[in-house]
Amino acid sequence: MRFFIFLALIAAVPALAQGIAPQDRRSGFETMGPEAQAMQRDDFSNPAMLGVAAGEAAWNSAPANGKPACSGCHGDINATMRGVDARYPARQANGAVMDLTGRIQTCQSQHQAITPEPRESAGLLALQAAVALRSRGMQIEAPASRGLSEAVSRGEALYRQRLGQLNLSCAQCHDDHWGRSLGGTRIPQGHPTGYPIFRLEWQAMGSLQRRLRNCFTGVRAEPFPAGASEWIDLEIYLRQRAAGMASDAPGVRP
Amino acid sequence: MRLSAGAIGFALLLALPAAAQAPMASGAVPEAAPLPVSRPADPASGRKIVVERRRGFCLLCHSGPFPEERFHGDLAPSLAGTGSRWTEGQIRARLIGSTAINPETIMPPYFRKDGGTILTAEEIEDVTAFLTTLRD
Ligand code: HEC
Ligand code: HEC
Repeated sequence: MRFFIFLALIAAVPALAQGIAPQDRRSGFETMGPEAQAMQRDDFSNPAMLGVAAGEAAWNSAPANGKPACSGCHGDINATMRGVDARYPARQANGAVMDLTGRIQTCQSQHQAITPEPRESAGLLALQAAVALRSRGMQIEAPASRGLSEAVSRGEALYRQRLGQLNLSCAQCHDDHWGRSLGGTRIPQGHPTGYPIFRLEWQAMGSLQRRLRNCFTGVRAEPFPAGASEWIDLEIYLRQRAAGMASDAPGVRP
Repeated sequence: MRLSAGAIGFALLLALPAAAQAPMASGAVPEAAPLPVSRPADPASGRKIVVERRRGFCLLCHSGPFPEERFHGDLAPSLAGTGSRWTEGQIRARLIGSTAINPETIMPPYFRKDGGTILTAEEIEDVTAFLTTLRD
């Protein structure tokens, strides 16, 4: 089946552009059901912690080509990765803006001289989960305060754009109708606080991009290719929208 | 967020069509003529389209007299009594493109001629025929 992206006929509507007031923001953890909350709260029942364990093992193991392990350059993950996820996506020394996945892939290719593991591979999600855990409970930093205002604006424009055959914007569901029931599914506010997540519906770990791809296909819009700059822009806007909220990565979601 | 007077004026302007869609003012709601179709409309098929998640997915947003479907949405009015509140032409117009009635609506446009249509002309006529049978 072919998918189409139908662009908005009307420009962003100021009356609706207000979003959710800061004191009314709720993470997906707060709005999901008590069973999923209990599963996430207890590290022994949170399936994402298996990913963390695998990621920590990978952190400490050197590739076969004799190049250093992650720990060979960065040392103790608890010390050097503290707060890193809370300030991603971030601009790199060379000017490129990367999400955490892209950053890890760049280390794999440049510093370990190995073929980077693909997005959504178990290995990369595990490494990302191990790094993200070191920001758990910390406040998400505002990308605009780190020179990413332009990406924030591009991401916000996408967020307010009507998309796909269903002609719905992210904002119409996540700002205007969060808490309501779409079929049997409660619409969350759409905050990117818990990624990578273990999603019960997937029965697997997955990234924010995978989650966003689901929302795109939900409105029958053609998703961008994996790693496309539009996904990063959207992530940056979502992080701006969630700035100051606590990270709960790696989370469980329904 | 601060709204300029212009922005508020714009917002009020956009709110007007929404108000005009209240049932009491239904005369103001546009009607659409029947679409050209290859066979007569079939209300029973229309009912199936409304309920099926892969075709009409209406119950993602609406509720209504559909006990066989467990999960109904609560983003939109119940479909019960639709045929008492709206004329056939108004129901058809709503299905073809709700933004013609309310520019800010979340209801998807179900019929387009440019290739990306959700329902065919025949299916629009089936659903329209079914909805006119939903009376209070
Ligand atoms: C038609 C409604 C709808 C639209 C439009 C939509 N989403 Fe979602 N979104 C959902 C629902 C429902 C869920 C939760 C699914 C679940 O819990 O199984 C969700 C989940 C999410 C989450 C995960 C939140 C968490 O707590 O982990 C994010 C982030 C998100 N959406 C962002 C977006 C963005 C960005 C867009 C636009 C590109 C978008 N959504 C468009 C309905 C929508
Ligand atoms: C994504 C949400 C959504 C979906 C899917 C949807 N609708 Fe709607 N519909 C609405 C909303 C919201 C309204 C209220 C008026 C408005 O906002 O435009 C509405 C209004 C209506 C009305 C007028 C109701 C009244 O009495 O005022 C009818 C009839 C209707 N829809 C039929 C359908 C049918 C049939 C389908 C599926 C083929 C469908 N809708 C799918 C959101 C939706």
